[in-house]
Amino acid sequence: MSSATAPLRAPTDWNSAAMQARIRNRYRSERLFRLAGLAALALAGLFLAFLLVSIGSKGLTGFQRTDVKLTVAFDPAVLGVPAGTRQPAVLQSANYQQLLDAAVAASIGPDADGIVSEGAWLKLRDALTENPALLGMRADLWVPATSDVDLLAKGIVDREAEMRSVSDRVIREYDRLQAAGVLRTGLNTTFLSMADSTDPELAGIWGAAKGSLLTLFVTLLISFPVGVLAAIYLEEYATRNRFTDIIEVSINNLAAVPSIIFGLLGLAVFLNFFGMSRSAPLVGGLTLALMTLPVIVISGRIAIKSVPPSIRDAALGVGASPVQVVFHHVLPLALPGILTGTIIGMARALGETAPLLMIGMRAFVADVPSGLANPATVLPVQIFLWSDDVQRGFVEKTSAAIIVLLVFLMLMNGIAIYLRNKFERRW
Amino acid sequence: MALSAPVSAASSQHATPDATVKMTARNVNVFYSGKQAVKDVSIDIGQENVTAFIGPSGCGKSTFLRCLNRMNDTIDGAKVTGDIAIDGEDIYGAQMDVVQLRARVGMVFQKPNPFPKSIYENVAYGPRIHGLARSKVDLDEIVTTSLQRAGLWDEVKDRLADSGTALSGGQQQRLCIARAIAVDPEVVLMDEPASALDPIATARIEELIDDLRGRYAIVIVTHNMQQAARVSQKTAFFHLGTLVEYGDTSDIFTNPRETRTKDYITGRYG
Repeated sequence: MSSATAPLRAPTDWNSAAMQARIRNRYRSERLFRLAGLAALALAGLFLAFLLVSIGSKGLTGFQRTDVKLTVAFDPAVLGVPAGTRQPAVLQSANYQQLLDAAVAASIGPDADGIVSEGAWLKLRDALTENPALLGMRADLWVPATSDVDLLAKGIVDREAEMRSVSDRVIREYDRLQAAGVLRTGLNTTFLSMADSTDPELAGIWGAAKGSLLTLFVTLLISFPVGVLAAIYLEEYATRNRFTDIIEVSINNLAAVPSIIFGLLGLAVFLNFFGMSRSAPLVGGLTLALMTLPVIVISGRIAIKSVPPSIRDAALGVGASPVQVVFHHVLPLALPGILTGTIIGMARALGETAPLLMIGMRAFVADVPSGLANPATVLPVQIFLWSDDVQRGFVEKTSAAIIVLLVFLMLMNGIAIYLRNKFERRW
Repeated sequence: MALSAPVSAASSQHATPDATVKMTARNVNVFYSGKQAVKDVSIDIGQENVTAFIGPSGCGKSTFLRCLNRMNDTIDGAKVTGDIAIDGEDIYGAQMDVVQLRARVGMVFQKPNPFPKSIYENVAYGPRIHGLARSKVDLDEIVTTSLQRAGLWDEVKDRLADSGTALSGGQQQRLCIARAIAVDPEVVLMDEPASALDPIATARIEELIDDLRGRYAIVIVTHNMQQAARVSQKTAFFHLGTLVEYGDTSDIFTNPRETRTKDYITGRYG
């Protein structure tokens, strides 16, 4: 059609009412979209603030403990040891319970039941074995109070409530001791250095934290090299065919498998088939490695794929072998991405509970694990166990443990950001 | 593989016989996943010459170039048949080590692709992995000479530790040339080395190619016919995967035998 015969269109009127309405509509939808985005952001921020405030307000007191001052007379007769002995073995096995009972009766009075923690005798033993010269002498010692006294000191117990877990007698004693100045509330070193206990005032998080560290160590040791090697092989060496397609789909599916299934797999393979020990960080680490592996393979492949092919051409062009291309050029450039993916996978493993329940890491473990084969528990499982406990004192311990877990997670994310910035190269 | 075979029949009978043939190709076919990209190409590459491959896009000239140092091996589904030899040695033969071949037949790519490392490391990488330098002093010497030959030395001698990627496009391409010649290759393949550069940088690359002639056998793929006319002594015209005409550059541009060649160089198509 030539221009001469084309029907003439009326010139566009940019100021017409319809055009103006269209402009107004456009501005309105723009404004609405921005508002919706802001609202979503504000909501997310609100949830986060609520979480942090709620955990912080409950948990921070978990890092504190109330102690009672006792005047202890280290009488060899009460302890049942020969006077003047310095032998550690003898001092270790002395009758400290009796010594504690005597000291409590002497320092606090006849109504002292439920004031001093049952585990306080450990303090007496530690004091004497550290300084055997105390035998036959008197000493003032601070020993842990019961959880009831601790809660009273922190003001968590509602004295006016009709139903409360703390008896009137303990409240009376607490007020008396408080007035006498033999109570103090300070940093709870037990919480930061010991393992689980049935008494809230003696329970610690270090056992679970160390269990987590040991477990993650095994996980990293297995899943990082295996995952990176698998990613390199799939990206750089494997030819694309039906077989590698199936492998790729399987890995993607594996990353989406619920974690409890991996727990069952670990139970069947590591415990039942290989007969490894239950509740051990070694088994937990292996199970979590199975779960983390697909995440590392996928993020590793993405990172390797994002290295420009021109770099490979350049290296091959000067006569680098495929292995040299990978280790001199591709891997250094892909490292930030691989490390970020790995740390995200590890952070997920750190917070994982379900698969570890299956392989027995929910056991009550009162000792800090010293090796990979010792019974242990991990932070999230410890939180789960404490949150299940009926004793009032464990509420703040649960929140305190959550704070510890969150600090660990933030540390790992911080490391991820640091590594990404350190190794990132631009071109 | 016939080493001393005279320059192949139909395609190059008018070319001046070359006393020093560096590479020979006979009946080369290339298939990408079954689709034929290069059809029955036979050609001799001279030692002393710059040989230009010209032709419209998709005519197989770059594909054929990549056969000469087996870079096609890295592409899934690529299959090469026929014979290609360097100094009479079959490069697709079982005796040939592909890593060594690529050191002997260096390559410069279309887009400058320096490693994201220092200028020094870019040039030193090849000699280092092939163990060409006996000492640090030796390696410094190789890097200096290579950068001088690539005409980049004066511009970068004070900042060898800077990243190679911080250079301008033209400087990057000359760095890539320095990197290629640092391993002392016998042949240098250049795949449209100036197509991503501005006219001034292009002129420098062309001067450089002229300077390097004689020391290395050079094969250059180009879209730019003036460039082919300026830098090369021999020109091969490819069309639809076949080698249409091969001969002295002056003959191809002034007196082409084939109508297709004539149509292309006069701008009738392409």
